[in-house]
Amino acid sequence: MNPAASVEATGLQVAFGRGRRSFHAVRNAGFSVGAGGSFGLVGESGSGKTTVLRALAGLLPPTAQVRGRMRMHGESLGAVRPRALRRRMQMVFQDPYGSLHPRHTVDRILGEPARVHGLDSIDNRIGEALAGVGLDASFRFRYPHQLSGGQRQRIAIARALIIEPDVVLLDEPTSALDVSVQAEILNLLQRLRRERALTFVLVSHDLAVVSHMAEALAVMRAGEVVEMLDVAALRTAAPQHPYSRQLLRASQGYDRAAGSEF
Amino acid sequence: MSAVRAWLLTDIPQSRRQAQCQRLFLAWLVFRRNGSAVAGIAIVATLVAGALLAPWITGSAGVTPDLGNRLHAPGLAHWFGTDELGRDIFDRVMWGSRITLYIVGLVSVIVVPIGLAIGVVAGYVGGWVDSALMRLTDVFLAFPRLILALAFVAALGPGLENAVLAIALTSWSPYARIARAEALTLRRSDFILAARSQGIPHLQIIVSHVAPMCISSVIVRLTLDMAGIILTAAGLGFLGLGAQPPTPEWGAMIALGREYLLDQWWVPAFPGIAILVVSLGFNLLGDGLRDVLDPKSRD
Repeated sequence: MNPAASVEATGLQVAFGRGRRSFHAVRNAGFSVGAGGSFGLVGESGSGKTTVLRALAGLLPPTAQVRGRMRMHGESLGAVRPRALRRRMQMVFQDPYGSLHPRHTVDRILGEPARVHGLDSIDNRIGEALAGVGLDASFRFRYPHQLSGGQRQRIAIARALIIEPDVVLLDEPTSALDVSVQAEILNLLQRLRRERALTFVLVSHDLAVVSHMAEALAVMRAGEVVEMLDVAALRTAAPQHPYSRQLLRASQGYDRAAGSEF
Repeated sequence: MSAVRAWLLTDIPQSRRQAQCQRLFLAWLVFRRNGSAVAGIAIVATLVAGALLAPWITGSAGVTPDLGNRLHAPGLAHWFGTDELGRDIFDRVMWGSRITLYIVGLVSVIVVPIGLAIGVVAGYVGGWVDSALMRLTDVFLAFPRLILALAFVAALGPGLENAVLAIALTSWSPYARIARAEALTLRRSDFILAARSQGIPHLQIIVSHVAPMCISSVIVRLTLDMAGIILTAAGLGFLGLGAQPPTPEWGAMIALGREYLLDQWWVPAFPGIAILVVSLGFNLLGDGLRDVLDPKSRD
């Protein structure tokens, strides 16, 4: 175990269902992220990267069987999470159209977690949380349907940060957004990480996003980590595993010659 | 007027209250476009107004016999005519609307919270809790409504309260099923997962995140069921098991008037028309509410 690690997973396995019909979504995943670091998990759809993130967040359905160990600052992340532990790890979801309660105002979306964790001066905190994600106070009493996708994702980020977590799990935070908005959200996340010394675990299928956001990454395929890389190695295009190379080629856009190689 | 409208339609609400009012106003704008729904709400509003204003718009409470005035045809003196005991039928229909509202109100107050609570808990918690609660629901679903009402009345004596109790006891199960179906789809949704990952307690998630999303379909179902509830209550009254004479309950009025159906048609006809119109009103209202409240039918 690495004492400096903020988030650590070793030998993680996740299976759904029992007996012959069981399905192993994650077969063997392990990684560790230092405090204040940013780690990316990449892979195609169905590679198990989102399942790893949900296992970390404690959001898998009760029928899922999780083996292996997950730790945050040395504390074990089990199936039952005390509220104080929940507070230290927050998640931003992929689809900002589905992750905000449609009948709650922004005020309530931000205020409720703060109240549940017994924080004081909630009014000020809501204002600061909005300002922190680049929204002014006029957004406070709007409903999600009055906001654009990018604004919703900012609200989702503000909701995660209002209870002052150490670790933020990002599940494809920009893939549901317009290309023009994606860069804004990514830069916002980078700035917030620097300002608040957050640790990020980022899931994406987009190597460009991961290389912008993360310092190191794991390439996942069919539930297993096939290669660990740091971003410098990715930039020099030196991944070893053929699947990693394939992903890298794919992220550089479609190319008929490259397509026929695989 | 335009200031109020601007306040209701501004993009930048300044307070929680304004945001809520805006949501209601926008729902009303959608509702208003639906002609039959407006007709429905007009009928229900008339029912409520008739019940509230009964002491002022009627000449009597419609319970004292006046044998000198038996079976008058509808006319200027008695708009709906008089019945076999000389009581004014218009007065009785108006006072009867109070009883109808009482039945409707009492049944909804019992049925909605029970159905919603059982359905939402079953759908959200899942597992053996879900199985246990849904089997209980099946048991109540299997009771034939009218037969159970007869048994209740036989055991507890005839009366409006017992009739209402029997109706409520046999009609909450569909609400539990609707609420459960909604809660099941919500349980996996990102905004519920987000609430869980934030450490919001399960009870609070159920009450303030899941239940508000289920309540609209439950209310729509309730308004559509209202006609059935009114008809069952009237049916019990007709069988002599609901409201007892001389209470001007519409079903009981039809039961007493059926002997005069051929010669003095107005005695059973007007309470019958009242039941028809009010049932229709609730149905139209329910259809309109479904258009406004049910997000699935909107887009």
